[in-house]
Amino acid sequence: MKVFDDLGRGTTGFLEYAGGVAALGGEAGSYIGRFSIRYREVFSQMALLGVQSTIIVLLTSLFTGMVVSFESAQQAVNFGVSNLVGGAVAYTESRELGPMLSAVVVAGRAGAAITAELGAMVVTEQVEALEALGLSPIRMLVVPRLLALVVMLPVLTIIADVVGIVGGASLAHTMAGIPYDTFVESVRQMSHYSDFVKGMVKAAVFGAIITLVACYQGLNTRGGAAGVGRATTGAVVNAIIMIFVANFVLSIVLFNAG
Amino acid sequence: MSFARIEDAAVRFGEKVVLENCSLEIKERAITCLIGLSGAGKSTILRLLNGLRRPDEGRVIVKGIDLTTLRGRDLIEFRRKIGFAFQFAALFDSLSVSDNVALPLREHTKMSNAEIDKIVTATLELVELETAKDRMPAELSGGMLKRAGFARAVVNNPELVLYDEPTTGLDPIITHVLTDTIVRLRKELGGTVVVVSHDLESIFAMADYIAMLFEGAIIEYGTVEEVRKSPNPIVQQFLTGSEVGPIPL
Repeated sequence: MKVFDDLGRGTTGFLEYAGGVAALGGEAGSYIGRFSIRYREVFSQMALLGVQSTIIVLLTSLFTGMVVSFESAQQAVNFGVSNLVGGAVAYTESRELGPMLSAVVVAGRAGAAITAELGAMVVTEQVEALEALGLSPIRMLVVPRLLALVVMLPVLTIIADVVGIVGGASLAHTMAGIPYDTFVESVRQMSHYSDFVKGMVKAAVFGAIITLVACYQGLNTRGGAAGVGRATTGAVVNAIIMIFVANFVLSIVLFNAG
Repeated sequence: MSFARIEDAAVRFGEKVVLENCSLEIKERAITCLIGLSGAGKSTILRLLNGLRRPDEGRVIVKGIDLTTLRGRDLIEFRRKIGFAFQFAALFDSLSVSDNVALPLREHTKMSNAEIDKIVTATLELVELETAKDRMPAELSGGMLKRAGFARAVVNNPELVLYDEPTTGLDPIITHVLTDTIVRLRKELGGTVVVVSHDLESIFAMADYIAMLFEGAIIEYGTVEEVRKSPNPIVQQFLTGSEVGPIPL
């Protein structure tokens, strides 16, 4: 019976959590729909959460692109299909690796930062102070971060795609002797403009997931400094899990539809 | 004349009963001080008065409006008429002192930056903090933080100002300065004031009325002299700080 109790509690907890995140998204959306937006704060958050994540996204995608190219180039040369390597790298980068890796890296960096900042604001009564001043914490804190990441994660994804493909091309050339023009021609033939656009759509959704999960955890922080630590860990773990689930659903919806 | 009143309020946090059948009247244009043991629910009463907390039972009426009927944006709008100075000031870390004080004006009014600057400077002068306007909260002492919190609470000239433990944890000189500041702000800006404090000396210096909270309800209410002369042994034990008496330790 204990198993059923635990299962029931776990299910209820998950539904409460998902409902809370969805409600937060709904309320933030209602402010965005009415253009009740603090634009200066949006730009400030774009710099903090997006621009400052560029280096880590760039490094991650560079090395991942090189690994994908290294693994596929050697096999491709053995089978005499080295003209497919560029396409394979571009295909995986634009559809999956670019948006996914950028999102996971940003969840770890920006998601944790959002939860820690909001959590600290909760335990030092700053969020309550906003409410006491007649200001909505959702409009003041959530909306700027949400817009910032929904805009910046697709931008980071494009950077990740380009850097991953360039890294892949250089490694294919160095390690497997595949000429640059062969690689580029393969990219042109096998990948399509829409793959990059759909990858950006995925990234925008991941940006919303990261922000809403991080803000929800931050605004529901309880229990002082230890609570901030717990909330931050929870935000990163939950955001990454939700990114993987969303990626599965989006891949089916976006790429199955042609 | 009554500015606000709490009628038979009950507040519970899970199993813990914080307020039960609690009724209190806040007189207009007076300083009412709330006293009571730690954890008695004094800060909860402040949060009831600006709608940050909704009672589980009972009503909270401020300026004729029943706060328990307000929801969402109506409640947010209503809070703009009430200033709240938090126990630990709760200034926004990422903003300077002047930006903290200016925030309610920037968000709620269409004033120009020059007009806002003028009001912020005047308000900081009232709390004698004009020299610290460009400093960040992390660079302020405890007393300065509290005064910056006071300035933010009164900058838009609210009709009711709530002070939560304004002198707790500060030395006697700063305590005296803050008590004077509250009285001066009330005199110069008008309005109604409610102060929660443990500091009896400070309370006797500023209060027009005192209410004592014990076990979830108001057990004594009156002017400073009336409360000092209260025959209630609980009140007397609290005022004398004696270990002997009906208050369980």
